[in-house]
Amino acid sequence: MSDAEAPAPPAGLAPAERLAWHAARGEVAYTVDAGGVPVWPPQVGLDWRLSAGRGRIYTMTVMRPRGGEPRNLALIDLDEGLRIMSRVEGGPAAIGDAVSARFDDGVLVFVPA
Amino acid sequence: MTTLAIVGAAESDMGEVGPGLTPADLMRQATLRALDDAGLALSDVDGLFAATSQLPQSHLSLGEALGILPQVRWLDGTHLGGASALVHLEHAQAAIAAGLCEVAVIAYASTQRSAGRSTARSGVEIPSWEAPYTPMLPIALYAMAAARHMAQYGTTAEDLARVAVSGRRWAMDNPKAWSRDPLTVEDVLAAPRLCDPFGVRDCCLVTDAGGALVVTSAERARTLRREPVHLLGAASMASHRSVSGLQGHITVTGATQTGPAALQEAGLRHGDVDAVQLYDAFTITPLLYLEDIGFCAKGEAGAFVASGATLPGGSLPMNTNGGGLSYQHPGMYGMQLLNEAVRRLRETDDHVVLGHGMNGPLASHATVVLGDASTR
Repeated sequence: MSDAEAPAPPAGLAPAERLAWHAARGEVAYTVDAGGVPVWPPQVGLDWRLSAGRGRIYTMTVMRPRGGEPRNLALIDLDEGLRIMSRVEGGPAAIGDAVSARFDDGVLVFVPA
Repeated sequence: MTTLAIVGAAESDMGEVGPGLTPADLMRQATLRALDDAGLALSDVDGLFAATSQLPQSHLSLGEALGILPQVRWLDGTHLGGASALVHLEHAQAAIAAGLCEVAVIAYASTQRSAGRSTARSGVEIPSWEAPYTPMLPIALYAMAAARHMAQYGTTAEDLARVAVSGRRWAMDNPKAWSRDPLTVEDVLAAPRLCDPFGVRDCCLVTDAGGALVVTSAERARTLRREPVHLLGAASMASHRSVSGLQGHITVTGATQTGPAALQEAGLRHGDVDAVQLYDAFTITPLLYLEDIGFCAKGEAGAFVASGATLPGGSLPMNTNGGGLSYQHPGMYGMQLLNEAVRRLRETDDHVVLGHGMNGPLASHATVVLGDASTR
């Protein structure tokens, strides 16, 4: 579905609601400007596109909250030309590695491609 | 247009002031001290500039605490986080040059340590597309900048640690510094890990502190008792607000714009700068600014600090009060670094000091170049 027009969601959704609507369908969505250039974070009044869900790890850290389990946090450069926050699951990964999107309990995550 | 002079400077009580005092109390305290330093009175002040993390309308809180709001002709609450106080200098220069006010106070304070983190949140909004990942902010953003810098340029954890060690070396000589115990690279690396590659010693302090500057035209400054410190150059920029808005290089900051622009306005080159105060919320940030302002090539700041250049006796003394890592860090550090720049110009052989402040997720930047009387 890369770069295709997204299927019509209910009218009047706020960007956060629209994003959640797509996520519930296992879709990675984003807004684009009049020239088709990705705009992130998503904004009202723009067209939406779907990402193919492939990209690379731009950077990554492991957060170690006091008294909690360590958690991974990553910024993913999607092939369509935008960078989103996520986390990397499913084994060792490093900055620059290719990854692909998965939904884990409704949350967008990335695994080594 | 650079006709702005800093004629008074002071800090409030610092460290842990106790739960009863508010940021407005500390701003009033610092302002009265700065006015005393300048030989001016509250009745002389007709401009106010303030932006803090705890008071949503800081400029009004400051004015009320000082009891002078009705006489104030120019109020500015521009909030660019830790760059705010530097941006306020730039704005005060414009306002005074335009005749909108004549004597302005720029103030800041935080009681972050006494109030506790939960009541002194710095207003980080987490959008729904970031919330599922529960980012520990701001540390995680800076940790990701450090991780990328390490992957891209070969910077090491030791390089980061040397920034903390350099700051501590300065703090050891500063009775006002919060952390003064000797600190080694090994100590920094062995400290509890918080957010890879950072441990506790890679992260700034959480203390109470505040400060104020009294500024006016260079012309008016000539009638006052202290030798003024001149604003020779200033530049600021903003590129985003949230982590998601950071779509450019995480290792190349807006300092690439503001640093050279401020130096150009001052008509100075890097070699003319005697010392730098570079906002060190985390050990990565001074490395980014040394590179981006242009004191060394991109990717080489680790080696630059390892050479000893930033230490006492080095070629470019950096964060000479101990910085946010060892001196004080009251939520936002811009006012403290400006006070240190002024102190260096008054009390040491320095003629030119460069300061750099930043905001939030590497989102906005401000550089100022300050000079003593010999530079005008």
